[in-house]
Amino acid sequence: MEIFNPNSNINFLSWRRVSIVISIVLVLASLGLILVRGLNYGLDFTGGVLVEVSYAKPVDAKDVRKALQTGGIDNALVQGLGGTREFTIRMQVSKVDKKADTVATKVIRALHAQRTDVSLKRTDFVGPQVGQQLRNNGAIAVIFVIIGIMVYLGIRFEKRFAVAALVTEIHDTLLTVGFYALTQRDFNLTVLASVLAVVGYSVNDKVVVFDRVRELFRITRKASSEQILNRAINSTLSRTIITSLFTGLAMGALFFFGGPAVHGFAITMLIGIVIGTLSSIFVASPLLLWLGISKKDLMPVTKNDPELARRP
Amino acid sequence: MSDFPRWKAWLVVAVLVFGLVWALPNIFQKQPAIQIQANSGATVNQALQERVVSILAKNHVKSSKITINGTHMLARFSSTSTQLKAYSLIRDTLGDRYVVALNLASTVPGWLRAIGANAMPLGLDLQGGVHFLLQVDTQAVIHQQLQRFREDIHDSLGQEKIKFEAVTLSGNDIVVHVADEKNLDAARALISRDDAQLDLSTSRIAAGGYQLRATLKSSELQKIETSIIRQNLATMRNRVNQLGVSEPLVQQQGTSRIVVELPGMQDTAEAKKILGATATLEYHAVDENVSDPVAAQKNGTLPPEDRVYYNRQGRAYALKKKVIASGDELIDATAGIDQTTGLPDVSVVLDSTAAKRMFEFTSANVGKLMAVVYIERIPEVKVINGKRVHTSKVKQVVINASTIQGVFGKRFQSTGLSTQQAHTLALLLKSGSLAAPMNIVEERVIGPSLGQSNIDRGLLSVLLGLGFVLIAAGIYYKLFGLVADIALVFNLILLVAVLSVFQATLTMPSIAGIVLTLGMAIDANVLICERIREEMRNGSTPLASIRAGYQKAWSTILDANVTHLIASVALMTFGSGAIRGFAITLGVGILTSMFTSVTATHAITARIHGGRKLKTLSV
Repeated sequence: MEIFNPNSNINFLSWRRVSIVISIVLVLASLGLILVRGLNYGLDFTGGVLVEVSYAKPVDAKDVRKALQTGGIDNALVQGLGGTREFTIRMQVSKVDKKADTVATKVIRALHAQRTDVSLKRTDFVGPQVGQQLRNNGAIAVIFVIIGIMVYLGIRFEKRFAVAALVTEIHDTLLTVGFYALTQRDFNLTVLASVLAVVGYSVNDKVVVFDRVRELFRITRKASSEQILNRAINSTLSRTIITSLFTGLAMGALFFFGGPAVHGFAITMLIGIVIGTLSSIFVASPLLLWLGISKKDLMPVTKNDPELARRP
Repeated sequence: MSDFPRWKAWLVVAVLVFGLVWALPNIFQKQPAIQIQANSGATVNQALQERVVSILAKNHVKSSKITINGTHMLARFSSTSTQLKAYSLIRDTLGDRYVVALNLASTVPGWLRAIGANAMPLGLDLQGGVHFLLQVDTQAVIHQQLQRFREDIHDSLGQEKIKFEAVTLSGNDIVVHVADEKNLDAARALISRDDAQLDLSTSRIAAGGYQLRATLKSSELQKIETSIIRQNLATMRNRVNQLGVSEPLVQQQGTSRIVVELPGMQDTAEAKKILGATATLEYHAVDENVSDPVAAQKNGTLPPEDRVYYNRQGRAYALKKKVIASGDELIDATAGIDQTTGLPDVSVVLDSTAAKRMFEFTSANVGKLMAVVYIERIPEVKVINGKRVHTSKVKQVVINASTIQGVFGKRFQSTGLSTQQAHTLALLLKSGSLAAPMNIVEERVIGPSLGQSNIDRGLLSVLLGLGFVLIAAGIYYKLFGLVADIALVFNLILLVAVLSVFQATLTMPSIAGIVLTLGMAIDANVLICERIREEMRNGSTPLASIRAGYQKAWSTILDANVTHLIASVALMTFGSGAIRGFAITLGVGILTSMFTSVTATHAITARIHGGRKLKTLSV
């Protein structure tokens, strides 16, 4: 079975001005959203108290809130967990005046007064200083990942590939995080891990295209850089799409059946797969062209050895 | 086929066998059980086993198996409800002499455990339990050290007759104020000779005079911090072991934090009392010249070397401030029953220096009173100006003041406690005092039902994720897709095997990592298959296409995987908790997938196609 025409020759790079403009707009929009609207940081980062409860019979979120208010807790954020039986109740640490366990007990007592079929699933208490440090560590991890990959590409390929990959990685990371700023979904530790996994996936995708670019440059005698880049994208197109479909399938399973603990992870990956795949074609490749990649830069170094050149 | 050597094929088989065997323990479900450990004075033996059997038989609770493993006994049950019933029965009957704890016992057959194959430990999110993150307050200890340096400097400057105005402590600096340069140089020479751990700097003050600033060298600071953390870790391990929880985790996180995870536990109050509290004993002489300590304190006639303490009944004592012996000089403490009075007591064994002091004191003071002060530090959180401030309440109680009956040193008993207090005190004393106070900065409780539902969901998503990819690859790449499918299943087995060998904890994020690995491992096969198709289109023969396909795809696969590996290693070193589990799974998954997707599929392909004349390939 083949879905893609093996001889496809779509001129992807002819759209480069449009695609780059779209990318810049998206990056600026994401940056704006992240800076202005900010992320809805999860408990891991903000600190606070979170109580997860489940009811034997369905209940309305409004009733849960009312029960909490009656019990003297009025700063709580009640959220359904994809159903009418499970809820999370979250409180900021600054508003919490007692220790976590007493707050949790208070919550469960308040809920129990209204309905007796409620049970405690878990409680989390995170101190504020922990969150701050985690945020810093997260940022350091992202930067470290990007630099590490750049150095490797610089050595294995050429510095222009590294630059193109770097810019595209930043693009992908910003867009993914921008999605969280837009939707105000909970940005927790698992989501941070998935953002870094997106970086990994996306660079994987770029390397495949880059590899073909390098190969084509080496074996082709006469062709413009644009032609070669187009051919590289076209000949890897089928694998790019099939791989993203396959990975998407696995992530889909995680999304639909993995439960709330990995929901954020699966969503980020699904978005990241789309962004990463498109950016290989529409961002990284035009960047390579503009950076002036050429045949000369990619020939193995030994070829330039004068000793070898003198040989017949 | 010539381009796939035989030894490589055997390697694939060997790795497959290894994977199967070491992944196998994970399919054995854990069994609800009760673990019984001996407290001080008691032993776990055959007699105890018979006793437990008879307790259970009397109440018609059926246990499936009871075994003794060294220092603890394990009773297994067929269901959680019988386990809970048995738990309360056994705990109430055995009493304080034994630590009874809920446990999940491994059902992995002995021959697998004999070769070191064990199931992956489950994270708290998969089995429920309590998680604490404790912040070690190293600053308190450093401050104490600086205080000591300050006193030393003050004294030695005086002894050497170097004139100085004051020695003060400001922040982390010890500041010596001197009037002229001569004394400044002398002080500087003296301090740098005596205290090599200090960094010195001098400055002139505008108002006149000079300042000599001494701070701890950063290497010294680090040394102190490391030793504090190490001692606290050891102490926490001891305390957690006393709680009798199965497979507890006590680990350093970052530079100044300690993670404590207690699987299966639900009651945080009990855990916190042991983790958070620090208790110690101090032995003081009673000042018998002060007849009414409260009045003396009120009208200021209390001697300056005395301090007023109270006992549980509120009676006041005037005690000498000088400590004869304290809890950190203690080698062992056991709770028991005093032979003569029949009252609960704590037997204490002191180290040699404290024993010498105790001996000197008691030999000079037979017939006089000596008091035991029980000091407990209970962590508290207060809100001051909207900020959470961790403080601690110090409780100092005279638990006993009795006449010294005779001369003693190393060993002696303290009475005057309730049975429960004697046990708690002995436990806290034995588990050692903490080098520095700690505060709980993170606390999570995961209910057991959530754990089970996470296991179910995790397993379902792994199986479905795998299934979807298997079907899709089979349809799209036909025979080569099926080969890739075999490799993918092989990859899952190998990944689980390697994680089990490392005993990496399985958590929800690491399950997400497994699913992601499955989705991405197929990429290598996609690359190979696409290459083979390309070669076929270019007119190569089937066998040449396979060879070229593997060869050309290899460099791409390598580059793609190395960059991906860099990402996962960075995550491992920087990430904590959830991120780490995910990163380890991802990293191991990348390595195993390179082997299965390339080497294993090549071996299978060579077996299928090798030595045959082929016109077409099913790809």
